[in-house]
Amino acid sequence: MGSTITVRGLHKSYESLKAVDGVSFDVEAGEFFGILGPNGAGKTTTLEIVEGLRKPDAGAVELFGESPWPRNPALLPRIGVQLQASSFFERLTAREQIHTFASLYGVGAKKADEMLELVGLTDKADVRAEKLSGGQMQRLSIACALVHDPELVFLDEPTAALDPQARRNLWDLLRAINTQGRTIVLTTHYMDEAEILCDRVAIMDHGRILQSGSPAELVRGLDTPTRISIETGAIAVDEARRLFQGAEVDDDGVSLTLVTRTPAPVLAALAERNALRGLSVRGATLEDVFLNLTGREYRA
Amino acid sequence: MSSGFRSLSRAMLLGFVRDRTALFFTILFPLMFLVLFGGLLKNQGVSRSKVIEVGPVAVIDQVPADAKRELGKLLDVTKMTDRAKALDAVRKGDYEAAVEQQGDRVMVHYSAADQVRAGTVRSVFDQLVQQTNLAAAGTPPRLSLDAQQVEDKSLKTIQFVTPGLLGWAIATGATFGAAMTLVTWREKKILRRLRLSPVRISSVVSARVGVSVGVALLQTAIFLGVASLPSFGLKLSNYWWMSLPVILVGTFAFLSIGLVAGAWAKTQESANVIAQLVVLPMAFLSGSFFPLDSAPKWLQAVAEIFPLRHLNQAMLDVMVRGKGPASVLPEMGILAGFAIVLTLLATRLFRWDDV
Repeated sequence: MGSTITVRGLHKSYESLKAVDGVSFDVEAGEFFGILGPNGAGKTTTLEIVEGLRKPDAGAVELFGESPWPRNPALLPRIGVQLQASSFFERLTAREQIHTFASLYGVGAKKADEMLELVGLTDKADVRAEKLSGGQMQRLSIACALVHDPELVFLDEPTAALDPQARRNLWDLLRAINTQGRTIVLTTHYMDEAEILCDRVAIMDHGRILQSGSPAELVRGLDTPTRISIETGAIAVDEARRLFQGAEVDDDGVSLTLVTRTPAPVLAALAERNALRGLSVRGATLEDVFLNLTGREYRA
Repeated sequence: MSSGFRSLSRAMLLGFVRDRTALFFTILFPLMFLVLFGGLLKNQGVSRSKVIEVGPVAVIDQVPADAKRELGKLLDVTKMTDRAKALDAVRKGDYEAAVEQQGDRVMVHYSAADQVRAGTVRSVFDQLVQQTNLAAAGTPPRLSLDAQQVEDKSLKTIQFVTPGLLGWAIATGATFGAAMTLVTWREKKILRRLRLSPVRISSVVSARVGVSVGVALLQTAIFLGVASLPSFGLKLSNYWWMSLPVILVGTFAFLSIGLVAGAWAKTQESANVIAQLVVLPMAFLSGSFFPLDSAPKWLQAVAEIFPLRHLNQAMLDVMVRGKGPASVLPEMGILAGFAIVLTLLATRLFRWDDV
C-alpha cells in the first residue's frame, strides 16, 4: 500500500500567474503534514487541487491511490475538509449544523452530538452558528469536518484570527485527532503552530516547494548561531568580550546578548561565574528558516 | 429519498422560517396588499351615484320593485322639494345630479365636475325614459334595468386580486429563494463543502425545488384561506384545484429565473437587485396588481414573455372564471418551457466557486 497522498508535478496557472508551478510531495498514513508559505504562495490552490476542487493543468494527485478529479464519490467519505470558519448554513444552531453535515455522510444524530461534545460545544449547541465566537466557530467547523470519521483531514488555516487560548485548545484537539491515527494536512502561516504540530512541513513560495522535512531538521539545516541572553550586569560587558572571543556581544541596558556558534562552553563559563540570572537561550526557529527562504518583503 | 435530500431540505426550510425579512416579503407583504385591495376597494365595482329627486319623478317612482332593486345598485336617490337647494347641492359636488319631472319632461341637472358619473346618471335616465316611452306605446309595460359592470362581470375585486397577488407572492418567494440560496451558499463556501461531501447534486437541487414548492403551496393556502373569509368573500370555481399543478409549474419557472440570477450574480446584494428588477416589473406587466385589459395592445403583447402573466391567466381561469382543467394546459406548457430553457441557461452559468 502506497502513501495516503501522492502529488506529482502539479501545475496550475491563472492567466499569466503561475499559482502552482511544479509541486510534488507525499504524505504517509498517520502523518501530520504542514504546508507553509506567505500569502499568495500557492498553498490554497495546491490544497484545493489535492482535495479535488480544482483540476490541475498538469500533474497528478492520488488520495488512497485514487484520483480526486473529477469528483470521486467513493473517495469523499474518507476525507474531511474544514473550510473557512463561516461556511455554515444560515440561521441554524450549532447542533443543527453538525446534524446536517452528519446526515450528508449518513452519520446519525448521536455521533454528531458526541462530536460536538468532543470539541466542547455541548453548552453552545442551541446557539446559532453566526452568534458563536471565532474560536467556537472554528471548533464547530472542525467538528463538522470530522463527524464522519475521515481517515484524511484537510485544514486550511484553522487557527487564523484566534486568541492565544483558543489556539492552544485547538492545537490540543488537533493533536488528539492525529494521535487517533488520522492523517492531517494543514496550511498555516503561523510558524510556531507548524513547529509544534507538524511531523513534516513543506515551505512554499511562488508556486514551488522550497524545502520540506521535519521542522527540527529544517531548523538544524539553517545552521544559525545561538543567542544567549542574561540580565545586564550579571557579567561586565568587557569581561564578556574578553572571555568569549568568537561571540558577538551586545548590551542594550536590559539584557546582555551573546551570539555564538558554540553555545556549550559559553554557558559553562557563565555558570562558573554564577552569571546566569535571567538566562534565555534561543536557537533558530522555523520562522527563521521561513524568512531565510522566502525573504522579508511584504506580500499580498 | 436520500438523507442528504431530507437534511438539506430541513436546513433550507429552517433558514427560511427563521428569516423574518424573507417571511415578510414572501407572505405578509403580499397578504397586506390582498387585504388592502380586497377590503378597501370592495365596493368599487359598481359605485352608486347620488341623485336628488326634486318633487315626485314618475319615471323613478313607477319602476317595478325588482327593477328598483337593480336601480338601487346604481343610484342612491334622495328626495328633496326645494329645487334651488337641490341644484346648489349638485353644484357643490355633494350629489351627482338632480332630477325633476314636469309632466312629460324629465330633466336631469348634472355637474360636469365628474364627467364619468354624470354620464352614468344621464344614460340611466335616458334608458328609463325610453323604456317608459316603449311602455306607453303599448308594448307590455316591462321596465327592466340590467346594471352591469362593463369590464368583466364575473370579476369582483377580490376575485381578480387574489390570483394576481398570489402569483406575485409565488414569483417573489421562488425567485428570491433560488437566487439567494445559490449566491449565499457559494459566498459562504457551503456549495464547495457540499461538493466535498458524498451528497448527490440532484439531492441539493431537489431539496431547493421541494422547499420552494412547499412555500408556494403554503402561500396558496394562506391566500385562499384569507380571501375566502366572509369579509372578503372570494368564491372559488369548481375547478380551482387545477390551480395546484399550475402553481407547481409556475414555481419551476420562477425558480429557474432565480437560478439564472443566482448563477450570474456575484454577491447577495447584486442577486437581490437582479431578482427585484425582474420580479417587480414582471408583476406589474403581468396584471398582478391591476387588470391589463385596458393597457395598450403592444404592452399586453410584451407581457406575454413573462411567466407570471401566464400563471396569473391560468389561475384566473381555473380559480374564479370557472374554466375547465384542460383550458390551462397551453399556459402550463409555456411555463414548463420557460423553466426548461432558463434552467439550461443556469447550468451553463453555474459556478461552484467565486473564482
